[in-house]
This record gives sequence, C-alpha cells and structure tokens, in this order.
Amino acid sequence: MSETALNEIQARFALQRENFALEASFNAPAVGVTALFGPSGSGKTTLLRCIAGLERAQGALHVKGETWQDKNTFVPVHKRPLGYVFQEASLFPHLSVRANLEYGLKRIVPSERKVPLEQVVEWLGLSRLIERKEPALLSGGERQRVAIGRALLTSPRILLMDEPLSALDSNSKREILPYLERLHRELSIPVLYVSHAMDEVARLADHLVLLEKGRVIASGALHETLARLDLPTAHFDDAGAVIEAAVARHDEPYHLTRLDFSGGSLWVGKEDSPLGTTVRARILARDVSIATQMPQATSISNILSGMITEIRDEGPDKVMLRIKIGESQILLSRITRRSHDQLGLFVGREVFAQVKSVALMA
Amino acid sequence: MTSLDPADLQAVWLTLKLASVTTCLLLLIATPIAWWLSHSRKWYKGLVSAAVALPLVLPPTVLGFYLLLLMGPNGPVGELTSYLNLGRLPFSFAGLVIGSVLFSLPFAVQPIQNAFEAMGQRPLEVAATLRASAWDRFISVALPLARPGFLTATILAFAHTVGEFGVVLMLGGNIPGETRVLSVAIYGHVEAMEYGAAHVLSGGMVLFSFLVLLGLYLAGGQLSKVTK
Repeated sequence: MSETALNEIQARFALQRENFALEASFNAPAVGVTALFGPSGSGKTTLLRCIAGLERAQGALHVKGETWQDKNTFVPVHKRPLGYVFQEASLFPHLSVRANLEYGLKRIVPSERKVPLEQVVEWLGLSRLIERKEPALLSGGERQRVAIGRALLTSPRILLMDEPLSALDSNSKREILPYLERLHRELSIPVLYVSHAMDEVARLADHLVLLEKGRVIASGALHETLARLDLPTAHFDDAGAVIEAAVARHDEPYHLTRLDFSGGSLWVGKEDSPLGTTVRARILARDVSIATQMPQATSISNILSGMITEIRDEGPDKVMLRIKIGESQILLSRITRRSHDQLGLFVGREVFAQVKSVALMA
Repeated sequence: MTSLDPADLQAVWLTLKLASVTTCLLLLIATPIAWWLSHSRKWYKGLVSAAVALPLVLPPTVLGFYLLLLMGPNGPVGELTSYLNLGRLPFSFAGLVIGSVLFSLPFAVQPIQNAFEAMGQRPLEVAATLRASAWDRFISVALPLARPGFLTATILAFAHTVGEFGVVLMLGGNIPGETRVLSVAIYGHVEAMEYGAAHVLSGGMVLFSFLVLLGLYLAGGQLSKVTK
C-alpha cells in the first residue's frame, strides 16, 4: 500500500438499478469532513451505502490503506470499523437511551474502545437524556444526537453521515449544528457527509465530492471547488465563496469584529471568539457587487480589491464573475449583464468587490 | 351442570397438552420460515407462501386424509417411521401433533412474517453498522421488535389447535388419553344425546378461550406501551 493510500479514502463503484446507474469514483483525504453533495437522485446516499457495505456494488474501496472491497474481498458491514448516522435517527425503540448508546460499544473489544462513554455524553450534551427509558419520547434533535453518539461509541475509523439534519425542523438543525462543528474540531475521525443543503456543506465540509446522475463530476478542497464556475454549484441561487479567516480585532464601541485572511480583512458583527480563532465565513455571489473605482462614500464597510479571473454567462440577464483577492482567495460575484457591459468588465481587470453581507459559520 | 367425569377431564388435559406442544413447535418452525419469506427475493417465494397458506383454505378433512395416507403403513412417512422403529403415527399423539402443526402453520407464520416486514430493513442495517453479526442482529433487534407478531402467532396457533376437529378425527380418531381431544369428546357427547356433559365442556371452552385471549391482549397492551 502506497504512502498516500494510508491517509486517503479511495472509492470506485458501479451499480446498475432499474432506472438508476451509479458509476462513481473518487479519492478523498481521510481527514476532516468530506461532503458528498448533489441534487436528490444523484446517487449520494447510494454511494454512501456502498461505502458502508449496505449496498453491494461492483468496485473497490480502500480506507486508510485497508481494503474493504475489491475483486476478491467484501468485508461485511459489521466488520467494517465505521460509524453510520442515518437520515432518521433510527434508535432502537425496544432499548433505553443508555442501551442504545451502549449497543455498539458492547460489541467492540475493550482494547478498541477509544471513545469513552462519558466523553460522548459530554460532547453531545446527553447527560440529561441518558437515563430516559423511551427513546420515542425524545425530540427529533435529541434522537439524532443520541444516534450520533451511538455511532461514535464504536470508535469508528471513519464516520458516515447520511443527511443527518434533513429530517429535522430548523430549530433542531440549529441545535445540532454546533455539536457537528465541535466534532469536526475536536475529533480526528474523518467524516463522509451526504447532503443536498449548500449551507450545511459550506459550514462543515473541508473537501467536496460533487455528484450528478450517479457520477462524480468534481472532487476537491471545498473553497476551490465552490469557486469553480464550470460546476453546477456556481449556478445555485446561494452560490458563493468560503473564506477561512482569523479573528483579528474586536471593536467594542461599534460591536464589530475584524477577520483577517490572506488578501484582506472583513468586518462582521461582534463575534465572541478570542483573538486568533479561525472562523469560516461564507460570502454569497449575490451579495457581492462590483465597482471599478474605490467607492468613496458608501455604507458598505467591506470592500476588497482584486482581479477578475473568469466571467461566465448566467442566463439571459446575469453574469458570474470570479475574482481573485490577494494570492489565493477567490470571491464570486453575480451581477446583471447590463452592469457588466456598462462597467466594461473583462478578465484581468482590477476591480473592487463590495461585500454586502458575510455569514459566519463557526 | 355436573362436574367433569374423569374421561372428560382427560380430554381437557390432552387438548391443552396438544395445543401447548403444537404451539411451541410452531414457533420454532414458523420463525425461520417467516424470516425467509420476509427477506427472500427468490422467484419461488410465492410457491412457498401459497403452500404455507394452504391449510387456511383446505377442508381439514382433506388435510387429514392426505396425512393419513402419508403416515399410514404404506405411505412414505409411515414406511420411514416403521423402518426407524418409531412406531406408527396415525392414531397416536405424535401423529396429532404433526397434523396440528401443519394445520396451524399459516396462523403462526403470517403474524410473524408481518412483524418482520413491518420493522423493515433499517433497524437491522443500523445494528450491522454497530458491529452486530447477522445472528446477533436477529436475536438483539429482530426478535424483540417482532414481539407483537410472536404474541399474535402464539394466541392464534394455540386457539386454533384447541378448536381443531376435522384433522384429529381423520388422523387420530377417538382413543381416550391418546387422541380424544375436547372437540372430539364434545362431538361424542352430542352424538350420545348427553347434552349436559357437552354443555360443561363447551361452556368451559368458551370461558377458557375468552380468559386466555383477554389475558394475552392485556399483556399485549402493556407490551406495546413499553415498546412504542
């Protein structure tokens, strides 16, 4: 096994169904969160099930140098060191919350138990839930937290999550997201995260595998892939760029916080994180307008200078611009074709990007 | 109303024994059949389903007739049992048990199969991702979740065996202490115009059946409250 394979997930699957064909192959780093992203029917859940061994497809799968499937091998699901979080929490209704959490824990040898129960209870805020007898009486968000804990307690080498938030209402989603971000930060377990919600992906993922009609059409680092205008993600209404930035300064009187990144800085509403914390900001293409001269009197406080590197038509009335800020940071901007023509924009032109709104992710 | 005479008491005892043995055997036999039927996608699944359901529509006398031929001295099963020195099956308690098991098979298979199908694949898939082997999944997840189905199967198999008449008459006749079950005893009393004795047995049977069902339904209600 080569050196790269040890910290990679290498998957290649082919599956023929009556009205659906999966022919997907991708390599992803076995660190951080990799999102399998695509519209419904694109095969992302099927792909995840193939990786778990719940679906039997032709192909090969290597996870961190271990062969889970190839021509002569098919490791059965229960022998794969993975955790799986289903769309619905699927807690066992005949078991108490504690027994649900311990179901997988009891089934691994004690020397393999690297994630202690107390820690999972603390991480996921389960201390008040663990003594409950009937999982059916928990709220949707609580159930999903128990399901995540139950999967983590098997000390998996990889965590597979199939749209864990999609069955929840927006309140429960808001309740769970911080826990997921915390797992992302504090756990060294790589995660494969299936989603069709761009905001979740932008918030949680480091790596993006883009699926369409059963095929992988792109795979790469999140901020690079989202900034590619040749991919369908650039045409979504909520298309946009993701910027990793550091908390640089708090402005107490005005209740603002400055974020620095290579290429510029952004002022956002006051963020309570200490100085130096890395945060992720998302800037939607529709919130970025363009000026060819430095705007003088404007209420917009975030103006970044950069250079247009790509222009693409978006329907009859809009164009999408890709703007390079500093050395490596990319912003997307969606403007009308009329503005594009009136400003005389072209690839290579220096412009000022006015950012109307920044969404902080963590 | 008079008290039971010893012969009738023997018939009651025999009936309970037959129903209990039959029910226990049925649960053992029906569970794998139900599991296979609820999971298999083989083309011959329909054939197996139809064969299992056959006793639902067959007249008991037809079933009894063929069993008699099969288990009789010249039938293949009869030849096998005499070759193995197991004695004859017709007109014996063992023969009755075999007949009852076949007769009540659909009553045990179908509720269990329904319960396995109702739970779907998801709980078993969850258990598999939590390191449970196939057997472990069956024991720790499928069986407890199918509990209502097993309860229904037990009630139906037991009650159906207690009430069985045609197969017993064809296969076992009327041997006291061996094959004379309650329904046959009642039939005998009525034939002999002993309506008083028939009343005692029939009334007792109504009461007993009602109490068993009531008890099981009450227990079932408790169970479903816990599991839902």
